[in-house]
Amino acid sequence: MIRILRQIFRTGIVTEELPREADAEIRETGSRLEEAIRRRFRGSLTIRQVDAGSCNGCELEIHAINNPIYNCERFGIHFTASPRFADMLLVTGPVSHNMEIALRRTYVATPPPKLVVAVGDCGCNGGVFGESYASLGGVHKVVPVDVFIPGCPPTPTALLQGILKAVEG
Amino acid sequence: MSMLKDAITSLLGTDAQFVDGYQQPGRVLFCSVPREKFVEAARSMKKAYALLAAEWATDETPFGKGYGIFACYRWGAEYLIVKTEAPADDPTFPSLTKKYVPAFRFERQMQSLMGLTPVNHPDTRPWIKFEDWPADAWPLRKSFDPSQRLARVHGEYQWIKSEGEGVYEIPVGPVHAGIIEPGHFRFQAVGEDVLNLEERLGYVHKGIEKRFESLPWEQGFRLAGRVSGDTTVAHSLGYCMALESLTQCNPPERAHWLRALFLERERIANHLGDIGAICNDAAFAFMLYQMMRLKESLLRTNHRLFGHRFIMDRIVPGGVAVDIEPRGKEEILTELDRLSRDFEKLVVIYEENPSLEDRVRTTGVLKPAMAREICAVGIVARASGMNLDCRIFNPFPPYDQYDRLELDVPVMITGDVHARTWVRVREVRESIRIIRWILENMPSGPISSPVIAPGPDKAGFAAVEGWRGEIIYWLQSGPQGQVNRCMVRDPSSVNWLGLEQAIHGNIVPDFPLCNKSFNQSYSGHDL
Repeated sequence: MIRILRQIFRTGIVTEELPREADAEIRETGSRLEEAIRRRFRGSLTIRQVDAGSCNGCELEIHAINNPIYNCERFGIHFTASPRFADMLLVTGPVSHNMEIALRRTYVATPPPKLVVAVGDCGCNGGVFGESYASLGGVHKVVPVDVFIPGCPPTPTALLQGILKAVEG
Repeated sequence: MSMLKDAITSLLGTDAQFVDGYQQPGRVLFCSVPREKFVEAARSMKKAYALLAAEWATDETPFGKGYGIFACYRWGAEYLIVKTEAPADDPTFPSLTKKYVPAFRFERQMQSLMGLTPVNHPDTRPWIKFEDWPADAWPLRKSFDPSQRLARVHGEYQWIKSEGEGVYEIPVGPVHAGIIEPGHFRFQAVGEDVLNLEERLGYVHKGIEKRFESLPWEQGFRLAGRVSGDTTVAHSLGYCMALESLTQCNPPERAHWLRALFLERERIANHLGDIGAICNDAAFAFMLYQMMRLKESLLRTNHRLFGHRFIMDRIVPGGVAVDIEPRGKEEILTELDRLSRDFEKLVVIYEENPSLEDRVRTTGVLKPAMAREICAVGIVARASGMNLDCRIFNPFPPYDQYDRLELDVPVMITGDVHARTWVRVREVRESIRIIRWILENMPSGPISSPVIAPGPDKAGFAAVEGWRGEIIYWLQSGPQGQVNRCMVRDPSSVNWLGLEQAIHGNIVPDFPLCNKSFNQSYSGHDL
């Protein structure tokens, strides 16, 4: 136990001690996010992430916004297991033929008003997978999309900025 | 003389026709057998203790032939590909499933996507192809138009049932609780005990193998880099090496070393994430956040030095697209010192935590005999007593310098969650050592060489040890030298079978922990 405590104290709060320019960007994005989430979502934005066919690269970066460096919870962003609790669907694509029905059902299960954010080049337009018998292309082909976040995969900063764009309306 | 060649010729004699010059690289043996001897060939391989690495089919109508059926066997460092043919008007082949368990899914996939019937296969349900596809939609056939939308038809998947007092079913997915890929798991349970787990995958089938056929050779590496995003380096490397074998291209020495550097960095990053996530699934969140912190610093260094957090698209046919400066070398060495120091402290915490130990030991055991039976690869295999590593079996520089590199392959025999975690711990240490060694000894010179277009009717092969395990690419050029087939075998294609076996006798709440310790790719499996 003493080792755990020592490691925790020695690590400190890594979230804030970031001198580089990208991190200034995160702080800037973060404070605007926090403000918008406080104003429009009573301080808590709940996201349901749906992988509708991605290569899992986007999932890695969505995980990263939860890590202690980006720590999206401090801005009021939470990820939920159930679409019933979600304010926003964060959908990675391309939408595969085999996931189309599951994505539609998840969308229907999410109570309105709901925001849909399409993540990654594939979520925007199908990316390298294009449109075929198995890939329907971008998320907007299946459910209405409010904001697109391009990138392969988009960086954690780009993800936070995209979420900000969606909540600022 | 090759062990596998001996084994097959002693049983089949002249029925096994060895072909020179078709399959590249030359050390991968290639022979064709008559269709009725296909199972016999598998029997000879089984007797020689070879493992089935992959099984796949090709549509050879552009050559004026029917279908090709291929089985790739591995024994130690030897690979042998056995081919048989089926005429277009009789698209059937004898099933190998009773000899080799992993053929079970390979063959269902061949039936679903290529329309070849495995005769005597115990399970004819489609795989990857869902029941709502038209029955005659076989995407890998040349006559199939990949740009068409599939109509949805009525159909129902026949799940395995179990009955009895107190038996109930838990369906999970395809949309899971966390930030994770989609797949469906169906448990039959009594109380908390799992009686059976049935996986159903295919939700993220994106038509990757078919798409390769429409891309020019030099662009395929980008698609390969997105077969499974977390393994982007190893997959693009697999594609590039297979293409280079096909075109007899030799990348410069420095390019090989840089590829190894990227491969090891990818291994460390993913292992750190996995170790953290395994502990998190045992309710030890502390480790997840610590490991994620270390992983993030690694990814940021990747971004600064190589222009991408996951080093995506930096391995290209003929070499690599980015070099490392002396300043970058210093940066990595400093980073590794810090990483290594922090990592070791965390490993001590992992080892000394009894509540964690209680969860990870004897949980989700994949017994060595079973691991062999399913022909497991990579971490899963090494945690269950199998000594496999393509960095040794199918090496490229610098891994071929055995005596200088002295690569240590960790092997555990307990096959539980702890073993799979511990293999990762030891591999992180080893990768840190290898990266230091690479940086100190890397030769100078150019980082890429030109790649010419492949000739007609040739096959290329590559096996690469990604962080999950052995990735196989097999490329076949058509009559005009175009892409006729690109077969991708992610480690997940076989290791998913292991999870179904490892869960027996465990309780439902331990499933996430077991699943995380395997951490197989859905995308790499579904293609």
